[in-house]
Amino acid sequence: MNQQEAMFKYCLRLGDNALIRSYRLSEWCSNAPILEEDLALTNFALDMIGRAQALLGYAGQIEGKGRTDDDLAYRRGERSFYNVLLTELPNQDFAYTMARELYLSAFEYFYYSGLAGSKDATLAAIAAKTLKEIKYHLSHATDWVLRLGDGTAESHAKMQTAVDDLWPYASELFESDAVDAAMISAIGAPDPAALKDSWMKHVSAILKEATLDVPTTMYTHTGGRNGIHSENLGHILAEMQFLPHAYPDAKW
Amino acid sequence: MELKEQTAVQSDLLKSFEEKIGRDDAIEPKDKMPDAYRKHLIRQISQHAHSEVIGMQPEGNWITRAPSLRAKQILLAKIQDEGGHGLYLYSAAETLGISRSEMIEQLHSGKAKYSNIFNYPALNWADIGAIGWLVDGAAIVNQVSLQRTSYGPYSRAMVRICKEESFHQRQGYEIMAKMMAGTADQREMAQDAMNRWWWPALMMFGPHDSESPRSGDAFKWKIKRQSNDELRAKFIDKTVQQAEVIGLTIPDKDLKWNEARGHYDHGPIDWNEFYNVINGNGPCNKQRMDHHKRVHAEGAWVREAAEAYRAKKEKQLFQSKN
Amino acid sequence: MSADTQLEKWEVFIQSKPGANFVHAGCVHASDKKMALQNARDTYTRRGEGTSIWVVPCDAIVASNPDENDMFFDPANDKTYRMPTFYVMPEGAKAI
Ligand SMILES: [Fe+2]
Ligand SMILES: [Fe+2]
Ligand SMILES: [Fe+2]
Repeated sequence: MNQQEAMFKYCLRLGDNALIRSYRLSEWCSNAPILEEDLALTNFALDMIGRAQALLGYAGQIEGKGRTDDDLAYRRGERSFYNVLLTELPNQDFAYTMARELYLSAFEYFYYSGLAGSKDATLAAIAAKTLKEIKYHLSHATDWVLRLGDGTAESHAKMQTAVDDLWPYASELFESDAVDAAMISAIGAPDPAALKDSWMKHVSAILKEATLDVPTTMYTHTGGRNGIHSENLGHILAEMQFLPHAYPDAKW
Repeated sequence: MELKEQTAVQSDLLKSFEEKIGRDDAIEPKDKMPDAYRKHLIRQISQHAHSEVIGMQPEGNWITRAPSLRAKQILLAKIQDEGGHGLYLYSAAETLGISRSEMIEQLHSGKAKYSNIFNYPALNWADIGAIGWLVDGAAIVNQVSLQRTSYGPYSRAMVRICKEESFHQRQGYEIMAKMMAGTADQREMAQDAMNRWWWPALMMFGPHDSESPRSGDAFKWKIKRQSNDELRAKFIDKTVQQAEVIGLTIPDKDLKWNEARGHYDHGPIDWNEFYNVINGNGPCNKQRMDHHKRVHAEGAWVREAAEAYRAKKEKQLFQSKN
Repeated sequence: MSADTQLEKWEVFIQSKPGANFVHAGCVHASDKKMALQNARDTYTRRGEGTSIWVVPCDAIVASNPDENDMFFDPANDKTYRMPTFYVMPEGAKAI
């Protein structure tokens, strides 16, 4: 893996996280608990699509084969998607979605804060813009975890289940491999492994305030960052890529 | 108060109300208004609000399958706007003394209606184009007219809505134009969508003026300012040219420019179909309502939790102060 | 099951640019202050319409009674001495 290949995969990982998460968030449209929240979740989905466009577009540039953000989103197979598993899990219910949003946004808050200082001007600019959105996402998810955790007995139970069930998927966020090592040295990207303590402290404090138990499971699910996904991604892509696959010559 | 005195007061109120309407003064929530005016508005505004919200579903059917990132962005932003429109309109209706919960209950019980058009399915990607271009196009003709409606909160909501609507029709037309400039499959999809949405779009304006005369309360009170047929003609006149530009055929062999009227003449609208769909027999009536009921029920625990949390925090704050 | 809640109603006021008046935009439903602000942001500033938002619980708004408009507002109509045009300035005086 040379420098360019590492950079390409690195941008795909970041871009795919945004793309697949936007897919899940967009499924909430016309399905949210109250109309106001429908608008909010759609905004987050839109933020994620914008982020995916920027990062996949940049990945295409780095690859240098003329592939656009759409080519990368709509004409790539499952094994070449590098999003973390957490982003592709079904929404289940509002508690699951808020737990997922909390885990991801808390991680991204630390990660993109670091990336904003990267030596790569494009990524630094994307990160600076994204960071504003992330702060808002984090605040929104935090508020809901507090409300649901410390709301009714029913919401407490649902929130606890969501927090527990998604916990084993959070560790994948902190994996650090050869791609990360290459980016750390080349552009001063943050080391995900180094963020685990801050994340743990931040998220645990929120869960405790929400009267929830902090999970203690050690087991971790992994694979997405290297293209080994859960069964969910295949279905996402089958649906998302349907038109470009069915009508390969069409422009939309 | 004696009954006779009461009626005298009532007719005084009605007189000052009608004078206001006559001067084109907006009626505001705290103004005295005839009960029938209030009822008419609640029915109309809540139906309008429900239409915006139920209207999110047919387009929502294509969110996960939008064929490009740009297309998905536009579609999401558009559907989100419709949700916002529902919200503005629920708020306007609430100023008349009905709550959003009550309105939703009336929707679920069938007492309140929503626009028939959303009981049709969105079957291919060109349907997203047809909905934006034809359905929003028809809606905006009506909504522009409603900006001058007599009830202040309704009129203000319409002004905001019309501002936001301006991109809806354009994005739909853009989809149709792109598909008509595309492959044979795409052109076929576009014409197919046109064929299926044209007549239901014309039905959106409601029965002919001969069936629903201009003389009703809605006109007297300036809730409605232009008749169904006037609005329908406006829509047809501007849409025919747009269809021609991109090579779409309007599925009406009787469509012909009438020089004397200065409008297009169109073939007969199938009012049987219209009343069939109103009476619950459209292709998607049950699906749309089931979806709304399911989402409403599934969200109940979240709304209850939010209320419970607020109550808890207020209590804690109170205790810490005392 | 308890009765449906659609949360509390809040009135929303938006300032379109720094220094401008806060203008009433509409309503949102929310269970608490923070949610009300967030919902107002997502509902009324999606097109960059605002730089600042106020939210006020609907029941905290006190409205004047239109039946009392005569006594409430009409007395202000004949106080023209509150207007600068009421005063006669000597010919030739500048910057006043
Ligand atoms: Fe609409
Ligand atoms: Fe609308
Ligand atoms: Fe619209």
